[in-house]
Amino acid sequence: MSFYESLMILERIPFKELWQKYTREDVMRALAKEKLDKEDLLALLSPAAGQHLEEMARKAQRITRSHFGHAVQLFTPMYVADYCVNHCTYCSFSAIHDFPRKKLTLEEVEAEAAAIASTGLRHILLLTGESRKDSPVGYVKDCVKVLRKYFSSISIEVNPLSMEEYKELADAGVDGLTLFQEVYHQETYSKLHVKGPKRNFRARLDAPERGCQAGFRSVNIGALLGLYDWRQEAFMTAMHASYLQDRYPGCEISLSPPRFRPYLGSFNPESDVTDRALVQIILAYRLFLPRSGITLSTREPAELRDRLVHLGVTKMSAGVSTEVGGHTSDGGTPQFEISDSRSVPEIRDMLYSSGLQPVFKDWDILAESSMR
Amino acid sequence: MQDALHIGGKALSSRLFIGTGKYSRNTLIPEVIARSGSEVITVALRRVDPSSREENILSHIPQQMTLLPNTSGARTAEEAVRIARLARAAGMGNWVKIEVINDQRYLLPDNLETIRATEILAAEGFIVLPYMSPDLSAAFRLRDAGAAAVMPLGAPIGSNRGLRTKELISILIEEAGLPVIVDAGIGRPSEAAEAMEMGAAAVLLNTAIATARDPLGMAEAFRGAVAAGRQAYLAGLGPIQQEAEASSPLTGFLNV
Repeated sequence: MSFYESLMILERIPFKELWQKYTREDVMRALAKEKLDKEDLLALLSPAAGQHLEEMARKAQRITRSHFGHAVQLFTPMYVADYCVNHCTYCSFSAIHDFPRKKLTLEEVEAEAAAIASTGLRHILLLTGESRKDSPVGYVKDCVKVLRKYFSSISIEVNPLSMEEYKELADAGVDGLTLFQEVYHQETYSKLHVKGPKRNFRARLDAPERGCQAGFRSVNIGALLGLYDWRQEAFMTAMHASYLQDRYPGCEISLSPPRFRPYLGSFNPESDVTDRALVQIILAYRLFLPRSGITLSTREPAELRDRLVHLGVTKMSAGVSTEVGGHTSDGGTPQFEISDSRSVPEIRDMLYSSGLQPVFKDWDILAESSMR
Repeated sequence: MQDALHIGGKALSSRLFIGTGKYSRNTLIPEVIARSGSEVITVALRRVDPSSREENILSHIPQQMTLLPNTSGARTAEEAVRIARLARAAGMGNWVKIEVINDQRYLLPDNLETIRATEILAAEGFIVLPYMSPDLSAAFRLRDAGAAAVMPLGAPIGSNRGLRTKELISILIEEAGLPVIVDAGIGRPSEAAEAMEMGAAAVLLNTAIATARDPLGMAEAFRGAVAAGRQAYLAGLGPIQQEAEASSPLTGFLNV
């Protein structure tokens, strides 16, 4: 049984009616509990909880400080290829968009890596567009070999792979996997993913579990908030994380709450995710999954990020470019527009002045252990 | 040095071991060390970056401290062994705190993998201090594997819940045949004092100091509590009775 079977059952929940049924008492009951269940999660994502964000925030902050202290881990994404075979209605990299595609040579990867590493960052998230032909596992592996010289932790965000392929990458030194489901609502998923292998909902949904099985140390999941009702999407994401955490206790499961951002096309999201909604989502994630990492990207504006770091966030991107080769040149097309363009030193200083410690390195690559 | 704690060929006058994680900035660490009086400090090797002077934890730890690199992040004995070797190769000495954790929710240690790692590392000359669930059979195996001490948890890491495993820890203190250092869970100075009163050789804590409103004040509070608890243990606590005992015995006349 995979999470897909659980999702089929969870989809039967009459969300639209249910949200209105939760009351202040339900929210307070959830807040008073130490270990929250599915009902509590629903209550914390309901409109009733929207009136109690301050109480939720106080508890979320307390839990975060206890488990993570004042540390916030920094990383940056590195785009190495933007070739994509999918037609997704909300993404610049979609195959239907006509722009000069790029794929870095290994020399360019090295230059990019050196530029990023010079900022002090030791955690990198390697990204490609979704194309097995243009950025196959072998290419990702070659890139990893280069990145290992510069970084102590390498995560990937690429098209879903088989367990064997993930294992191959884990053996090569990749320790983390990020894979966004984009939309958990199946009907909307079919609508938004017009063409390409990404149309296969289940292949994508089960990929994080394959990553856990392959032995990645951390797996980061998320829904692209705005593509469907945010309350339901946040609920499904948290249930997915909880499913993975229960079955793979050795793997650190993290959540990302990315909001839809402008891109090359003209798609407009169905559900408006306000700042208040984003805060409610982050707080519900933290209260339901006290030890999970919560990642905040530069999709959010600087002023908001400065506030959100106090509410449960444990990982942040810094010094970001969403263009292929964007750290050494400026010729690429961004996957989406970022909101917080601050440099690594600027993010570092912001964290220090907020009473938080930026952590540049929090892992050592253990692949190719001499024990083998 | 009276009442020193002897571990790995070192005589330690402080029985308070501290950690380096969770602080708002590394620059607080030297003063926390000074105020706590601690002589042993644990460092997650995964956080050490020798190439970054400013952000490197090691550059904030005074020379006289005994470094206790830990294998935080290891999920198997093999990973722990590799981390320990990396730490030694990085010049962090030959002390190591084994942490093998396969449970990201409660961060409870895997005793079996910990024993395996201890066997390998002790044979390589490391001074091994394993973090463990308080289980007597596991403690025996760790002792036989060459551990220099055992470090049972009082409660899950970072929970500040205190000595939830008190009964089991006191059995270890009585039976294990090597120093017992209570690690994890201690949230209050009174709990550190209680562990020391029970006969623990030392306590290791991090969250309680690092997340206090005033970490420096809390470091000092723990210093006093650990010293008081140790002194009480050495002085010998009076017996606990269910009923009041008359200070003038009822049968005293028989001795007249």
